[in-house]
Amino acid sequence: MKTDDLIAALAADDTPPRMPLRRTLASALALSVVLAALVWAMMLGPRPDFMTAMHTVRFVFKFVVALALAASAAAVLFPMALPLGRRSALRPLLWLAPGLLLAAVIAELATLPASVWMKVWMGHNAVVCMLSIPTIAAIPLAVMLFALREGAPARPARTGAIAGLVAGGIGAFFYAAHCFDDSPLFVATWYTIAIAFVSGAGALVGSRVLRW
Amino acid sequence: MDAPKTSDAETRETAWASAMRAGLAGDSAAYRGLLVAITPHLRAIVRRGLAGTGNADAEDVVQEVLLAIHLKRHTWMTDQPFTPWLNAIARHKTIDMLRKRGRRGEYSIDGLEDVLPAPMESEGQSHNELERLVGRLDGRSHDIVSAISLEGKTIGDVAKAQGMSEGAVRVALHRGLKKLAALYRDPS
Repeated sequence: MKTDDLIAALAADDTPPRMPLRRTLASALALSVVLAALVWAMMLGPRPDFMTAMHTVRFVFKFVVALALAASAAAVLFPMALPLGRRSALRPLLWLAPGLLLAAVIAELATLPASVWMKVWMGHNAVVCMLSIPTIAAIPLAVMLFALREGAPARPARTGAIAGLVAGGIGAFFYAAHCFDDSPLFVATWYTIAIAFVSGAGALVGSRVLRW
Repeated sequence: MDAPKTSDAETRETAWASAMRAGLAGDSAAYRGLLVAITPHLRAIVRRGLAGTGNADAEDVVQEVLLAIHLKRHTWMTDQPFTPWLNAIARHKTIDMLRKRGRRGEYSIDGLEDVLPAPMESEGQSHNELERLVGRLDGRSHDIVSAISLEGKTIGDVAKAQGMSEGAVRVALHRGLKKLAALYRDPS
């Protein structure tokens, strides 16, 4: 078949182009948050002393760091979904959440006596944490990968990994409201493992479904 | 990577970008003209990419690139330069082809056989891949894609001949093209 013949078929296909990718991804992100909230509300819900806990810095910090991760990863995700795979100027933002966490860990170690480090590090429910975050994050990850299929990411696996960070950040945000363990030592370890797992899953699935 | 910033390249960029904007807005004549105009440019990129491995598959890749440009045209941000977007897609598909060949263990030697008699293949002719993949489309998509591409029919012609509504022909054509892109990815 000649290339000109193909061009004739392409030009005849006047199906309107999809909506701009930016809007598709923004909608997917919004939908992800709503669905994550639903899963969280049905499975876990807030911890009983939520309102009191909101007055403690450690508790609030968990939301700050989760939000920082989800928002920075979402900002980096958009340009990655384009064929140019431009390095986003926003990319250094990805260091924001790890940086905050590191600072919080240092502050925690400086303020808490060494005798309780182990106790707050292990917390009450590390296993629940590592299971809950991926569970809440699963649907958001699926929604975002589905939306990213509309794009043309230059690097499918990497794009999937970043989508996993967004989903993991959303999962961590909601799980944080349920979780009794507020020490940055706990968060830096178990939340991180859970989010890394979600990101790895995003890379694995992305390397398959985001090829174009 | 991209063409040097001569005024030629700038003129070309302006012309292509405005044709693409018109195409996205539904001007299919401008769009078709654009696809024709960019093809030699794409061919040059693909051939450069495949140089040294024999250019046997070059036109296959060019056709796959055109298909990708069409199906992913909403990923061009209209406020961004057009040519770099185009080049990125061409490079992406060229690298894919090199990877596919690498996986099949086809490098170097058997390329040589193709290199020597190569010039007899006329420009814009790809005798195998696309035709083979169109052959794998299911009944209606196959008939519609063939009628429009090979026989040069319009959507209206095909609708009459097949006793379908124009809308249904459009849908089948679009599905057929998407299916073709999927077959290029996983030709199994």
